[in-house]
Amino acid sequence: MTFARKLTGAAMAMGLSLFAALPAWAQEEAPKIDPGDTAWMMTSTVLVLAMILPGLALFYGGLVRGKNMLSTMTQIGAVAALAMLVWVMWGYTMAFGEGGNAFVGGFGKLFMAGVTPDSVSGTIPEYVFASFQMTFAAITVALVLGGTVERIKFSAVMVFALVWLTLVYFPIAHMVWSSGGLFFEMGALDFAGGTVVHINAGVSALVAALILGKRKGYPAEPMPPHSLTLTMVGTGLLWVGWFGFNAGSALAANGTASLAMINTFVATASAGLFWMITERVMGHKGSALGFCSGIIAGLVAVTPAAGNSGPFGAIVLGGVASVVCFFFVSKVKPALGYDDSLDAFGIHGVGGIIGAIGTGIVYAPSLGGPGATDYAMGGQLVTQVSAVLATIVMSTIGTAIAIYIAKAVTGLRVDKEVEQEGLDLGEHGERAYN
Amino acid sequence: MKLIMAIIKPFKLDEVREALSSLGIAGMTVSEVKGFGRQKGQTEIYRGAEYTTNMVPKIKVEVVCDDALAPRVVESIQQAANSGAIGDGKIFVLDVGQAVRIRTGETGETAL
Repeated sequence: MTFARKLTGAAMAMGLSLFAALPAWAQEEAPKIDPGDTAWMMTSTVLVLAMILPGLALFYGGLVRGKNMLSTMTQIGAVAALAMLVWVMWGYTMAFGEGGNAFVGGFGKLFMAGVTPDSVSGTIPEYVFASFQMTFAAITVALVLGGTVERIKFSAVMVFALVWLTLVYFPIAHMVWSSGGLFFEMGALDFAGGTVVHINAGVSALVAALILGKRKGYPAEPMPPHSLTLTMVGTGLLWVGWFGFNAGSALAANGTASLAMINTFVATASAGLFWMITERVMGHKGSALGFCSGIIAGLVAVTPAAGNSGPFGAIVLGGVASVVCFFFVSKVKPALGYDDSLDAFGIHGVGGIIGAIGTGIVYAPSLGGPGATDYAMGGQLVTQVSAVLATIVMSTIGTAIAIYIAKAVTGLRVDKEVEQEGLDLGEHGERAYN
Repeated sequence: MKLIMAIIKPFKLDEVREALSSLGIAGMTVSEVKGFGRQKGQTEIYRGAEYTTNMVPKIKVEVVCDDALAPRVVESIQQAANSGAIGDGKIFVLDVGQAVRIRTGETGETAL
């Protein structure tokens, strides 16, 4: 008994001395979860989901012909779902796993190994962080489909998505957002994923469209959007969801998130109007599709700049991106003759490049940006351009590999008869409108 | 009996219907159709891709009446559907061999 007491006493003394040593260690190693940040990030995460389904599905769906409506929406939904599964299996660790090198994360978190409800990332639970980033992978692969719809097989889309996420998306996400990543260490400014999401998706869509070839009858046969009403609805959902995407990229409910929020309003508003103004200047009518296209161009351009620009810089950036994207999709694309069905490159690629480079300009405090007073614009622009070029190279090579694998496995393209009858019937056995 | 088939501008449908009702016409069939004549089509433009649509949307009205009423039906459609512009449409008159009311089996003019 006395011996046991002595033993307990000794153990308690040891325990107390351990506790005494604890506070300094606890402050560094065990950050606390902030309920406000967590609530905002959980909201942001589902807002990004709403950008995909139904936002992007309706936006893209309205732009295709009625016979390909379900095919377009189903491809978007299915690749997003596939991305979520792949993300928890090997995507998260490839992007954000500890260790690793400049190009890919360590593989310690395969199948979310070691992540528990108590794991913390910044001020939010790691599961929330992983879910938020998961939705980015899901929307990026869905965006690529804008270049390939109306002729690619559903099975080819699924194989492509699997390979493309692994070869292209996860490494680029690591390079931009993970400490130790190539662009992260270079100091490239990319607030919410202008390179990772938009340049990446846009360039990949272009490469995929080039390898896949044109739709039968393009450009001689009229292929007008079958429902700009649904495209407008999708545009609205994308804009709303984009607040999760941009303001959520602050990873906290703080002042930077508020800056990203106001920029996501004004850059987008500016771009929507500037597209219509450009249409008028070019002798056309200001159009609904022009407004929607401008909205998307503005959202894309402000993505890297959301927390890296003052509101007026964002307005200018949105306007410039809108005008350049207008000329790209209505003049340059027809002149070059490739068939990027829904202008995923013309808007996400081109708008993304303008946004990424423009972020280096609007970041300057003299232009109202949040940069330090000794901000060196020239050097930053070199960094921004290098990150853009490196992304283009990686997307191009990775997409080519992924498309050729999809071609070997599935044949890639639907039969001529299926393309004429529509992919809804040919690939899914359904009609969108009965 | 005559079948009077009129191709008219869509916004003129209500006026035509009222004019025919006042003549005692108790039924008609209306369809949405597309076609072209002298009226020019529309130019549509989507992100720079320009399409000219030759087919203009119209309404086709079909009325069957007895021979005596036919000239007045044609005249009132012609007046009600007239806007004075190109594209007001056309009226065709055809002979009808037989008419049957499905519910009762009545035939000829009593079936109208």
